[in-house]
Amino acid sequence: MLWIAWKMLIGNRAKYLGIVFGVAFAALLIAQQSSIFCGLMALTVSQILDVEGAGVWVMDPKVRYVDDVKPMADTHLYRVRGVPGVDWAVRLYKGIARARLESGSYEQVILLGLDDATFIGAPLTMIDGSIDDLRSPDAVIMDVVGYRKLWPDEPFKRGRIIEMNDRRAVIVGLAKARKTFQSFPVVYTRYSQAVRFAPPERKVLSFVLAEPLPGIAPEELATRIGAQTGLQALSRDAFLSKTIRYYLLNTGIPINFGITVGLGFLVGTAIAGQTFYLFIVENLRQFGALKAMGTSNGTILLMVLAQALHVGLVGLGVGIGLAALFGWATRSLSKLSFYMPWQVLVITGVAVFLIVLLASLLSIRRVFVVDPAIVFRG
Amino acid sequence: MPSSAPRSPAVEVRGVTRDFGSGDAVARALRGVDLDIPHGELLMLVGPSGCGKTTLVSIIAGTLQPTAGEVKVLGEDLVSMAPAARVRFRRANVGFIFQSFNLLPALTAVENAAVPLIIGGWSRRRALPAAAVLLERLGLGSRLTNLPNELSGGQQQRVAIARALVHEPRLLICDEPTSALDAENGRITMELISGIAVQPERVVIVVTHDQRVYPYADRIATMEDGQIVSIEARRSGEVGAPTQHA
Repeated sequence: MLWIAWKMLIGNRAKYLGIVFGVAFAALLIAQQSSIFCGLMALTVSQILDVEGAGVWVMDPKVRYVDDVKPMADTHLYRVRGVPGVDWAVRLYKGIARARLESGSYEQVILLGLDDATFIGAPLTMIDGSIDDLRSPDAVIMDVVGYRKLWPDEPFKRGRIIEMNDRRAVIVGLAKARKTFQSFPVVYTRYSQAVRFAPPERKVLSFVLAEPLPGIAPEELATRIGAQTGLQALSRDAFLSKTIRYYLLNTGIPINFGITVGLGFLVGTAIAGQTFYLFIVENLRQFGALKAMGTSNGTILLMVLAQALHVGLVGLGVGIGLAALFGWATRSLSKLSFYMPWQVLVITGVAVFLIVLLASLLSIRRVFVVDPAIVFRG
Repeated sequence: MPSSAPRSPAVEVRGVTRDFGSGDAVARALRGVDLDIPHGELLMLVGPSGCGKTTLVSIIAGTLQPTAGEVKVLGEDLVSMAPAARVRFRRANVGFIFQSFNLLPALTAVENAAVPLIIGGWSRRRALPAAAVLLERLGLGSRLTNLPNELSGGQQQRVAIARALVHEPRLLICDEPTSALDAENGRITMELISGIAVQPERVVIVVTHDQRVYPYADRIATMEDGQIVSIEARRSGEVGAPTQHA
């Protein structure tokens, strides 16, 4: 009987495509907007993700998210190193600096000061130059997207000079870094250098990055550090969650995207529901004939649900495919964030399932109450 | 085919009444109808539009319940039967030929003819060849894979006949089977129904306005205003009043 249901469904091409279009449109809107939302959320934590190797981030107790830097005294580094279970701990400077370009214009940049000895937190992928070039006097490395933003259509020029806090900085390399939420260029330098590029402050230490000894979980070490130093210590994952939670609760981003996703759901339900309803109404006589010939209401329900599931799966596939195609086509646009984790597929799938379920529930009553004797009316 | 020996009634209708609507708006479609139809008979139900023919065959087919009265078909009491059992009864025992064919437009001729078998739980692999054999008997061997809209009216009705007979039902209900056809196709259809459908263990009921098909009937029951007013035995030449029961 499911085969008959399937033939009935695809037999009416126009209606079939209309229903699939409705579902696909909803899936596209939901998946695409959710992926952009995820992309934006990923931007908020990009600088945590870019720091590889450190399992624990230690910061001022008042810090709410990664960009909410509250400078600490440098001596906190040694307090952290004194906590049992710490394998190593290093300093990290993170701040916003104003860079003066050769043209005389100013641009804001994200300044990251890496531990002079170990370069923990350095970019993993260099496009030009080497991370060791940072040992040169006044050396900085810039992220490639930021460089192209400051000097569009110009090839990389090693040795290019910029000024920060009236101090000369020499660009010695290009690195690949994740896009940031502020979309400012990212400038890497040594910690000792960074504090000179930054506006003068009494305290300059932004974070202490620590790694637990083998056998100790980052969460456990974070608890120990917090208890012993009174600082806020979070595992990398916990810091990611805290940052994302901050943006979710304190910005309008979730509401704005939620409205669009909700509209996609409503529009999809309306289009798919109405078209599916019309499809069922047009086929009432056929369902009546099947009932007259001995098809039970239970079987009819299965047929309608199978039809709904079919258009749901096809629509979901088309919608997700188009959303992924959109993400692929816009991957080179630095201003657009698109990240489609598996959770987006699950959310979109659940939404589409609800859409087709609602559409079939709207229609099924008409089939249930149809009198099999309808077939005797010419 | 009728015989001179008395045959057991396959269809027994006693005092059947059917009302539509309620209160002041109630309309009585059937008024105490009595009717017996023996096995092996082709009965035609005739009468003006709105006289209750379709309501009566719907009740006999088990697609409609009477307001009052008794209906026994093939020994089963359809009135007291549970709805799910009535569905199973129709599935196993009743075949339908409709005025407007009611073929599923998305299915080919052979697929349409196989529908009752598939409803009955047959696999497509078994059902399609069985349906194809019957269609070939009906002269549609070369049109098995055509969709209904690629067939003429007469061919569509032959597919409908195959669909009605493929599961070998013991009750065949034909609702105006020739009204959508020209004279020639109407004649062919009735010859197929009387030649292939009429079997000793099967009852065929034909609702019709078409007087040209009367010669194919064993008996003709004429209805007026919700009642059977006369029953004419065509092949035996007997003319009489409707069946009366104490």
